[in-house]
Amino acid sequence: MRLTCTVNGSPQQVDDVWEGESLLYVLRERMGLPGSKNACEQGECGSCTVYLDGTPVCSCLVAAGQAEGREIGTVEGMATEESLHPVQQAFLDAGAVQCGFCTPGLLVATDDLVTRSLAAGAPPEDAEIREALAGNLCRCTGYEKILDAVKLAAQRMAAR
Amino acid sequence: MRFLQPTTWAEALEARAAHPEAVAIAGGTDVMVAVNFGRLRPPVLLDLTRVAELQEWAPDDGAVRLGAGVPYARVITELGDRLPGLAMAARTIGSPQIRNRGTVGGNLATASPAGDAHPALLAADAEVEVASVRGTRRIPVTDFYTGVKRSALAPDELIAAVRITPPSGPQQYSKIGTRNAMVIAVAAFGLALHPDRGAVGTGIGSAAPTPRRATAAEEFLAGELAGLWESRGELPAATATRFGELVAEASAPIDDVRGTAAYRVHALSVMARRALTWAWAEYRTAKESRPCD
Repeated sequence: MRLTCTVNGSPQQVDDVWEGESLLYVLRERMGLPGSKNACEQGECGSCTVYLDGTPVCSCLVAAGQAEGREIGTVEGMATEESLHPVQQAFLDAGAVQCGFCTPGLLVATDDLVTRSLAAGAPPEDAEIREALAGNLCRCTGYEKILDAVKLAAQRMAAR
Repeated sequence: MRFLQPTTWAEALEARAAHPEAVAIAGGTDVMVAVNFGRLRPPVLLDLTRVAELQEWAPDDGAVRLGAGVPYARVITELGDRLPGLAMAARTIGSPQIRNRGTVGGNLATASPAGDAHPALLAADAEVEVASVRGTRRIPVTDFYTGVKRSALAPDELIAAVRITPPSGPQQYSKIGTRNAMVIAVAAFGLALHPDRGAVGTGIGSAAPTPRRATAAEEFLAGELAGLWESRGELPAATATRFGELVAEASAPIDDVRGTAAYRVHALSVMARRALTWAWAEYRTAKESRPCD
């Protein structure tokens, strides 16, 4: 089948999509956007987290056809030509990236958390961060530096 | 494989009638896992996410009619006050990403004994509203689960909504797993106190071939509370302990990778005792019963 949707603000159209395919597969294998990572394929690890109409979801659990006409946001849409997104820069500065496989999903989940928290008037607290990122597994860092990165990102995004 | 995407409820029911072999998909948190792992190759996927009627909830005839496609995240943010037991269950589910997609309708359709919504629905005496081109019927949730991942849903039917009466008393939910998030329950327990009719509701998860009630425990506790609803007096510790024992006796668990049968029985007795203690403490301090609409 044919799938038409918007990815990171750009219209995309792909043909010959198998109906059982996940949005993750479409992004990586048909649209050349391998930023979202394929690890567990069962929604357990969060490495494939993308925005679907502004809501963070595991793209491995979205059937391709369910994305028809929708707006998708992936990690590739975060940085500009000139600079990294403040969440990306904070992950680098805080040392929150080791092997990097979980990072794209964590960046999207963190962007969602910090954006929502700041819109509600306050940076996220420890318990909120742990809850918001509970669906993103990292096997390298032990999470401490990820917590640091989220707080740093919130600080910088609040100051902008 | 065909991919059908009805945009109205009438179209969805027609598609269902024409394709009883179709697998319905909403949030995809069960269906896509099975497809991704090659365990499921349905000839037709019937996507229900474009059916607006399924994405709504509304007060209806003294109950809340919760559309089958409302994701858990909205149950938590929009219905925490009206459906506290179900909202508590929803908070234990998966992760934010999963709660943004997963639905109560999907939990019912999968009918896993470990589904997190079931104990809360059982305790609250929920009804499942199912429909086909033949018409609509309501199934008491107690009668909905017929076996391991089997339900009373006919091949041409879809789940439209769940109907839950807002509580007249406290509700509690308890779940055991290896961590807080992303866990399939080792055992779960839901409790609802119904002071308006002197009754008690329970639901057991992950400890029998289907989610089930602990009827003997409900009757025992309703009897013990008969003299206490009015006075809001202290609940004897022995009553809570006995209630826990009776809940555990109602289970029929197996040993599996998540836990042993013996552990599940013990965990249920502890969860039920604690849930009752919490709920009764809340009832004693509540000045009036909760407003309903």
